[in-house]
Amino acid sequence: MNNRFIKIIFAIVIGLWSATLLSQGEGIFDEYRDMLGDDNPAIFVIFDGEEIWYAPAGPKSASLEQCDLGLGPGVVEGAYAQLPRYFADVDRVQDIEARLEHCMIQLQGLAPDEVSAKPYSLRGDLGTQLEALVAWIADQSSGLAIAPGQAHAQEKSAYALGETLFYYRAGTHDFSCATCHEQAGRRIRLQALPNLTTHEGAAAAYSTWPAYRISQGIVRTMGWRMRDCMRQQRMPELTMGSEASVALQTYLAVNGAGASMTAPGLKR
Amino acid sequence: MASRIRIRAQLKGDYCEVKALMRHPMETGMRKDQTGASIPANFIEDVQVVHGDTVVMQAYWGAAVSANPFLGVRFKGGTQGDVVKVIWRDNQGATGTGETTIR
Amino acid sequence: MGNLDPLGLTRRGLIRVSGALLVAAALPQKLWSAALRPESVFQTTTLDATFEALGGVPTISEGIIFSAPDIAENGAVVPIRIEVDASVLPGVSKLYVIVEKNPNPVAAVFQVPPNTQPYAETRVKVAQTGNLYAVAEAEGELYMMQRETKVTLGGCGG
Repeated sequence: MNNRFIKIIFAIVIGLWSATLLSQGEGIFDEYRDMLGDDNPAIFVIFDGEEIWYAPAGPKSASLEQCDLGLGPGVVEGAYAQLPRYFADVDRVQDIEARLEHCMIQLQGLAPDEVSAKPYSLRGDLGTQLEALVAWIADQSSGLAIAPGQAHAQEKSAYALGETLFYYRAGTHDFSCATCHEQAGRRIRLQALPNLTTHEGAAAAYSTWPAYRISQGIVRTMGWRMRDCMRQQRMPELTMGSEASVALQTYLAVNGAGASMTAPGLKR
Repeated sequence: MASRIRIRAQLKGDYCEVKALMRHPMETGMRKDQTGASIPANFIEDVQVVHGDTVVMQAYWGAAVSANPFLGVRFKGGTQGDVVKVIWRDNQGATGTGETTIR
Repeated sequence: MGNLDPLGLTRRGLIRVSGALLVAAALPQKLWSAALRPESVFQTTTLDATFEALGGVPTISEGIIFSAPDIAENGAVVPIRIEVDASVLPGVSKLYVIVEKNPNPVAAVFQVPPNTQPYAETRVKVAQTGNLYAVAEAEGELYMMQRETKVTLGGCGG
């Protein structure tokens, strides 16, 4: 009886000690982040994005000023926070990248395969137009509550599909998003893994993308982050603006709804 | 391209603190791109912070300074409204300049 | 050649150096500074060679307040700050940022004019966990402070 009691006490002590270590782990980069301060190079990319929005381009020599991001043509402030959402003109739910691609095709006359030819920067690139646009547009929602559309039937099914995909194990390693992102207090090496099934975890993640990625020196989008997760899961390529990409972002945005956007963030 | 240098200059007690963020890839010349080709060295070699006619800091940088580099300096003798400039020159001969006024 | 002639003061060397100075004096401010870039210091590949290029092994000085994070989220951007307490170490005119395990240890050199604080803040690449050195030159003497920064890997490594 005494022996068992001692073992229980011992287990509790170990548990508390591990929890302390993990919580210290949470703050392990505080000094680093503190020394970096507010100077985020994403600011340059934001300026670029704004310029690109207003610059005439494509066969129609038109800017993106008439692009409707969900709040009416040309309304950029607050638009990112309300994505993904259903758009009647295409009869589907779209995220920021799908919507921008749509506007580039419709307003500027660019060919679909031209627009989707290079969705994301490759190693050594200094950023794409889409990445810059997303950086600026997200910045225009800074401080506003994450509020993706969930009234329309398609918006609801996008959430359901996103949730299904989140738990779907596939690929050579049988990974799902949930494999890494469904538990609290986990990390891969020193990278903390948010629990994306909870409001706190989803909010922390969704509110901070797009972000300047220190290791790459460029701004990356939420869609890119998910695509890169899939690459590491050895899953097929997650296409920009695809139903799957939109669904996963919807799942995350809805889980994080209500929290304030702070993007563009700063990531490793 | 829009502004390539973001500068803040603020009076703090007996000195003026200048913080500048510069847009530059600071390529070391040791990276390869997606195709396997070497990305040529392209980095800021020298930076000056100038207050009026005076160079208040002269820095020489190597490729080990981070991309989109940051510079913080503190100098005496500035007053509110004075112009502070940052000028850089890279190894390929390109230059960049930006200015702000002291708050 | 070698240690016998560290400043290249053979006849040819002296003429070369004087010539460069004359030319430098005539150049506009910007180009003047380029001509005086201490290029050789950026070319060393070991800590020992770096100290040699600087003119000797610096003495540790508590007057140098050197901040570098204990652990960096990513080695590509490591914030550092050098402040010199002039009451402990007066007359500092140059600061060096040295990252021991980088291919070329010298990351930055700051020439501090009078009326400017011996202070510099920047961000450097740190190739791997190791020592960083802030070296200050004051009236021909070299002083230093060191810090170790651990460089971590995050995520799946992609």
